[in-house]
Amino acid sequence: MKRPVPLAAAALTAKLKAGPDGFIRLRIDERDWIGLAMGCAEGLQDLLALWVDDDAAHMGLGVPALKLRIIVSVPLKHGSFPSVAKNHAAAIRLERALRDLRGVDPKGLPDQRNWIDHGKWPSPPPSMKKGAERPDTSYAFLAAEGEGLHQIAVGPVHAGIIEPGHFRFTANGEAVVRLEERLGYAHKGIEALCRGADIATAARIVARISGDSTVAYSYAFALAVEAALKWRPPPRAILLRGIMAELERLSHHVNDVGAICNDASVVVLHAHCTLVREDILRTSNQCFGHRMMMDCIVPGGVATDLSGEGADVIESLLMRCGAGFEAVVRVYDEAPSLQDRTVSTGVVSAELAKRFGAGGHVGRASGRAFDTRKNFPYAPYEELDFTMALHEEGDVDARVWVRIEEVRSSMALIRQMLKLLVPGPLMSAMPKARAGEGAAMVESFRGDVFAALRLDDTARVANFHARDPSCFQWPLLEAAIEGNIVADFPLCNKSFNCSYSGHDM
Amino acid sequence: MRSLLFRSLIDGSAVVAPPQPGSAAVAELAQTLGQQARACLGRSLAIREVDAGSCNGCELEIHAINNPVYDVERFGLKFVASPRHADVLLVTGPVTWNMRQALERTYAATPSPKWVVALGDCAANCGVFAGSYACAGAVKDIIPVDLHIGGCPPPPIEILKGLLALVAEMKK
Ligand code: SF4
Repeated sequence: MKRPVPLAAAALTAKLKAGPDGFIRLRIDERDWIGLAMGCAEGLQDLLALWVDDDAAHMGLGVPALKLRIIVSVPLKHGSFPSVAKNHAAAIRLERALRDLRGVDPKGLPDQRNWIDHGKWPSPPPSMKKGAERPDTSYAFLAAEGEGLHQIAVGPVHAGIIEPGHFRFTANGEAVVRLEERLGYAHKGIEALCRGADIATAARIVARISGDSTVAYSYAFALAVEAALKWRPPPRAILLRGIMAELERLSHHVNDVGAICNDASVVVLHAHCTLVREDILRTSNQCFGHRMMMDCIVPGGVATDLSGEGADVIESLLMRCGAGFEAVVRVYDEAPSLQDRTVSTGVVSAELAKRFGAGGHVGRASGRAFDTRKNFPYAPYEELDFTMALHEEGDVDARVWVRIEEVRSSMALIRQMLKLLVPGPLMSAMPKARAGEGAAMVESFRGDVFAALRLDDTARVANFHARDPSCFQWPLLEAAIEGNIVADFPLCNKSFNCSYSGHDM
Repeated sequence: MRSLLFRSLIDGSAVVAPPQPGSAAVAELAQTLGQQARACLGRSLAIREVDAGSCNGCELEIHAINNPVYDVERFGLKFVASPRHADVLLVTGPVTWNMRQALERTYAATPSPKWVVALGDCAANCGVFAGSYACAGAVKDIIPVDLHIGGCPPPPIEILKGLLALVAEMKK
């Protein structure tokens, strides 16, 4: 093989047309595969996802500036493919997970430790390649040596009402020298459960990948199914999806702002934010029949309608929410004691956010101008108007402000969608079953959710892969906490608010 | 800040009326709570939450019962940071194999008498995750359970009803 050189995805795809889902699909050889990975490391494109299906490894790549998305595939050779992580660190954990779950060997993967497989499963995942070796599950944390260093081990059961995960801090006095995360505790085998399932069953499973992003996941799954089957949801359903997605975003952003203040010991703001959040959840329940709108978005449309009064109910919710939340924002903006905790705490550099393709508030607080709704818009966002929140500082404070601005834009978006809402059906009939592929990206409150789906000719799920935004945010938390005091970890962690379940799947 | 604090004082209360203890919960507890268990802890219970592999939907609603609307602390129920301080383990999720040991250890670290509440459909029967190679089972398959609160996720008012039933039964 000739020496690979950094390759821009755009150079490979100049004359190719994207599928109905907006992705160009391309089979390439190992040299180009490595070249594209090197291109990711050089910032020529973003790594969106990495997965294995059938006898090939697949890599999702994005070039937001060109509105270009591409899925490249390289055939597996004796169960192995050239490691992307060897050139591009953002892929390390993705490839470690692939080793554990698929039994493939990403050749040259710099970190050979297991990730999702903790050595506890009585039988290997059914998705494992036949005869593949299971990874060695003894686990060595990275060493940190030096005088005066001590370690603090936290989790998987945490002190608060939090998901399970393990954090290993190495500290020098109060200052964190290194944080190493150990995840995978919430692994439920979701991709394997989806395989072979009919669409409706798989939709219910996907809706529970990360409960806090249930609307976003159902949305992404629906888009992927619809692309695979050339299924067009009716216009009313498209707008209702958007309204639900923004209600979900609103509820979490409001809550996170409060929770961050809580971790900075200003409890009263948290209490106020939880009241606003409760109002949103109750309204969601009243309008769509479930507080978190679980299973409300389904392939082909939506499962519940918004009544005529429902629109008014949401309007008045927005009035109350706006007032309640702005009161909190005023205090946040004026309280130096609070900003003393958040400003310059937990900084993520712009360089790192870009390299890891960090989405959501983590990326946008560190100058990465990426929002799926803007860069790769899906219905109904093409016809809606909003400004992307963007900050440069990369600290806890910037992540708070991104959320604050997104609360405002979400409310404006909901108002726009309510105006556009026309009567009509909620579902369109499912087309005849056929084999097909579809991929989708949806902006959850946390960042871009990626989903790739392959259906067999009976329209059952032949393969499903999802990548949570947390996958590219968790590694940055390790960087953000470095040099901060241990006591600021909860604050930094909350300002990220990564999903454990979404990451572990 | 001061005006917000002041307004919070005079704005009136957001709290919902206390619900009746859930009748299904009372019936289940009549079966599970032994005589010795009722040897009173007063009206106060310390709860330790354990996520044994949930999708985090259940956690969101557990957070909600701590908000000023449901205000679970007015019933003497308080979430604590360590199982060693806890009377009750509130467990969510299908128990994943990767969390099984941590759950067992948390249970062992909780001093007796102790009670276990399995919250959510996953905790009761693994929910949509049933049959996965990665799930060890429902909570009752791993540690003894005294009360189930169903739902996906259970709304906060249902969580309150279940927990109130636990307090009420303990007073007997
Ligand atoms: S019961 Fe529902 S909300 Fe709770 S953990 Fe299971 S899937 Fe999530």
